[in-house]
Amino acid sequence: MDILSIQNYSVSYDGLHSAVDSVSLNVARGEIVSIVGESGSGKSTLLHGILGLLPSGAAARGSLRLFGEELSQMSAGARRAMCGSRVSMIFQDTGRYMNPIARIGAQYNEFLRIHGVKDARRRRDLQREMLLKLHLTDRERVLHSYPFELSGGMRQRVGIAMAMSLQPELLLADEPTSALDVTVQAQVIRQMMELRQNYGTAIVLVTHNIGVAAYLSDRIGVMQRGRLVELGPAAEVIERPRHAYTRSLLDAVVEINDERLIARHG
Amino acid sequence: MGEVLLELRGLGKQFSMGGRGTLRAVRGVNLMLRRGESLGIVGESGCGKSTIARMIAQLTDPTEGEILFSGENVTHLDRAGRRRLWRGVQMVFQDPYSVFSPRMTVGDFLTEGIVHFGIAGRSAARAMLPELLRRVELPAELAQRLPHQLSGGQQQRVVIARALSIQPQLLILDEATSALDVSVQRQILSLLMRLKSEMGLTMLFIGHDLAVVRSVTDRIAVMYSGLLVEELPSAALQQVAAHPYTRRLLGSVFSTADRGNKQIAIEDLSLIEKGRQMQGCPYQPRCAEACAQCAESCPQTVDLGDGHHIACFVKTC
Repeated sequence: MDILSIQNYSVSYDGLHSAVDSVSLNVARGEIVSIVGESGSGKSTLLHGILGLLPSGAAARGSLRLFGEELSQMSAGARRAMCGSRVSMIFQDTGRYMNPIARIGAQYNEFLRIHGVKDARRRRDLQREMLLKLHLTDRERVLHSYPFELSGGMRQRVGIAMAMSLQPELLLADEPTSALDVTVQAQVIRQMMELRQNYGTAIVLVTHNIGVAAYLSDRIGVMQRGRLVELGPAAEVIERPRHAYTRSLLDAVVEINDERLIARHG
Repeated sequence: MGEVLLELRGLGKQFSMGGRGTLRAVRGVNLMLRRGESLGIVGESGCGKSTIARMIAQLTDPTEGEILFSGENVTHLDRAGRRRLWRGVQMVFQDPYSVFSPRMTVGDFLTEGIVHFGIAGRSAARAMLPELLRRVELPAELAQRLPHQLSGGQQQRVVIARALSIQPQLLILDEATSALDVSVQRQILSLLMRLKSEMGLTMLFIGHDLAVVRSVTDRIAVMYSGLLVEELPSAALQQVAAHPYTRRLLGSVFSTADRGNKQIAIEDLSLIEKGRQMQGCPYQPRCAEACAQCAESCPQTVDLGDGHHIACFVKTC
């Protein structure tokens, strides 16, 4: 059974134009699917729709099923119970979603308590276990810090640790490495791959970095003006793109061994 | 090779941390830029690359060392001196929209510098508009528009056109294409390369994306924790990169070609901050090749020939 099943899904913010236009996409257990495209292509709107995070004015049509259940039919309570435990999301800057005047440890603790980890000792152990898994050796300092005291990369690691604590079956990631330095980006990507290996987590990753998508994903989807114009196995989309837009997107990527711009030196 | 346009001699900047000591954002940087050349500076956030740019553009004062521009010492200038220097040094930033005044038309925005520096009067400056816009591949009608009516790529082109309008000798680009979509980024990079060959533009291109910086530069300077750790020709970057940090940066580049078969080594991120407070080379806690010497003192820069300089004990002892 597919963890996520999207059929003819459309979202409109103004009732006239579609930000997401008739998108269909199925994600299987343990699968990593990347959605690439340029700003305004609708890739983030699609991701926010899956978690029910669309702003109040937005109108969604079509079917969006999570674990076989139609999202629009679910009660608010059932949806809350699912978010954070079975489905998690990480954002471009996790720090912005944290409480600035609470220590990391206190927020982490609250998050676990709300999602049903009743035993305080178990919560304590789980925090430390997750931070160690994410290679934050300085765990006590991290847990005693306020969000602003950590670097962006460390905050992002904490955000991923929290998102992964309850071993969700589906992780939604919206540009999780775009604000990070390249070396830290590489670390976060490695950790996302470990999640799938260790827990069988399925990941839907929205990114503008096609190199990252190529590295991490089983399948790549390309979005342009709200439509999913191409979807296929990563190697196929990169090596034999069918849609003209995919080709132009791939052509625009500046590669490290690229000679095309160098050759223009006068 | 052209004559030397810009020279940094032992340039440094310390920020006071208000009771918590000082932060050495830039330390003893020596760099040279010739006319018509394009130099890239890469490194992680906080490595000091933008601080160097800001010191050259007189937006912040150095606390040590000297800046020579066109043979003149411009380290500490008075107001009049700064104005003179700004005629020769222009800067382009990451977010084009923040540079505009929202109610000023593109035409007014573009002619402001020309009038301000007395290059031409208001009406003569307006007559130059079609040519200024054409140079950055934009139609002349855009002069009537307001900034919010332009796309991000068009905005950045206009900002470049304005920087070039007063014919500066040096153009500094600080993450100038980082916020743009890949296709727009590529167009702007191509535009810069065209301007460089047509106008003999001298460029300082600062960025975190190694592939992008390499594509538009002749030489690359790699910075770590305020220090210049390696300087090398862009074309041979992958072949000659010798500093462990430069090689880690290269290993962190995701290319569409190396799908899945690249190994990413695990790293403890708390070590990045630790290095700053340590004696010796700031990269040592992250460096797999660090030896006893690295903990004792900071390596001096050594000339390896062919424009390749490195500050690392592992490669020179």
